[in-house]
Amino acid sequence: MKRVVITGMGAVTPIGCSVQEYTDALFAGKNGVGRITRFDVGDSKYTLAAELKGFDPLARLDKSLVRKNDPYTVYALYAADEAMESSGIAGKIEPEELGVYIGSGIGGMDTFCHEQTTLLKDGARRVAPQFIPKMISNIAAANVAIRHNAHGPCMGHVTACATSSTAIGEGYRAIMCGAAKAILCGGAEATINPLAVAGFANCMALSASDDPNAASLPFDARRGGFIMGEGAAVLMLEEYEHAVNRGANILAEIVGYGTTCDAHHVTAPDPTAKDVARAIRIALSDEQPEKIYYNAHGTGTKLNDLTETTALKLVFGEDAKKLHVSSTKSMTGHMLGAAGAVEAIAAITALNRGMVPPTINLEVPDPECDLDYTPKAAVKADIELALSASLGFGGHNVCLAFRRAK
Amino acid sequence: MIFEKLAKLLADKLDVDVDTITPETTAADLGMDSLDVAELLMDIEDEFGVTVEPSPDLKTIDDFVKAIEAKQ
Repeated sequence: MKRVVITGMGAVTPIGCSVQEYTDALFAGKNGVGRITRFDVGDSKYTLAAELKGFDPLARLDKSLVRKNDPYTVYALYAADEAMESSGIAGKIEPEELGVYIGSGIGGMDTFCHEQTTLLKDGARRVAPQFIPKMISNIAAANVAIRHNAHGPCMGHVTACATSSTAIGEGYRAIMCGAAKAILCGGAEATINPLAVAGFANCMALSASDDPNAASLPFDARRGGFIMGEGAAVLMLEEYEHAVNRGANILAEIVGYGTTCDAHHVTAPDPTAKDVARAIRIALSDEQPEKIYYNAHGTGTKLNDLTETTALKLVFGEDAKKLHVSSTKSMTGHMLGAAGAVEAIAAITALNRGMVPPTINLEVPDPECDLDYTPKAAVKADIELALSASLGFGGHNVCLAFRRAK
Repeated sequence: MIFEKLAKLLADKLDVDVDTITPETTAADLGMDSLDVAELLMDIEDEFGVTVEPSPDLKTIDDFVKAIEAKQ
């Protein structure tokens, strides 16, 4: 089996629209949550989201590309450009050896809503010819492949909020098996729109808080649901020898990938947490060093945070209390299909900086969530292994494990 | 008049300089694919109030202008 390393990263997030800006904000504990500006919330009690701020797609993409694509694809294209650029791989790989695994939990929902309105208002004749290719959830991956002439494996995995962790894990496996030399892996989401907010709110997943500093509250006793985020993140996964031979800057190595399903309920996690625990165990394999950072899925829903805490205790026993845990969703909100990849970047950066990003605004501990969640501010820690977990509607559990480049 | 209006519509939509569009310019010259042409026919309906049916004979801007004239 071949080794797989990370040689490039790109990010578009509510706390920064490049990897540098995002990771600096992460360790500074910047809050990306604010009032929804994208649409008029009317008399809804759900008024907050973590929207992108100051995102200028034209800094990398031309106007017609931005016009022709749904925002989720635009975010993916932008993040993939940064990942390509930072990897320095362009011109140093055969097009057939370069793949794209970029998924989305939902796909082009803004486009879907817009064209549905057109259908009802103006009739079927006026539905845009670009509607289907703009909306489908594989199209971000396809557009990235077109842009970077990637003729290797190309697909968009869909596992709801675990989507981009699945993409990274599957990319890791594909490269391990020799299916490609490098794969751009990640996810994108752009669903801060009235229909998605109403849908998530009515399935009791969203926080109804109107205080941006007390809304996305992972592991806090006051937590009452997640805050929607948006954006994209893409990582360049590359076969180790290929990276070494071209003199690439190796940012980290992927050393584990666990993926399981609760097979329990469409939205609620299995309270026994046995399958989350199993995903973590598989990702760990026999790697269990002293200093571990666990970037939690940590959405801020009552059940998620409790289930994850239970899973960590099942895996680590008493040693669970020694883990460095945090939920960076306290800052970015829940970026859904983009969350796994954006958090993989957090985990990798934690390894490389020797710092654990915080769970901001964690003021009121929940007696049932009694691990070290790195409340309020980043801490220094010489981490040896970083885990990043993502759990999705449908009971999808994914855990990735990263080590510093050796 | 129809040509000027159509050229402006295309220039705005495709983000190109209006002066580069002549009656002989083809949709392909402007980087338009079949989906873009289908979308253009909808814009023509909005702008000129006529319905132009898709046809392989619609190649140059002048072809579109003539098709609009024929319907008016």
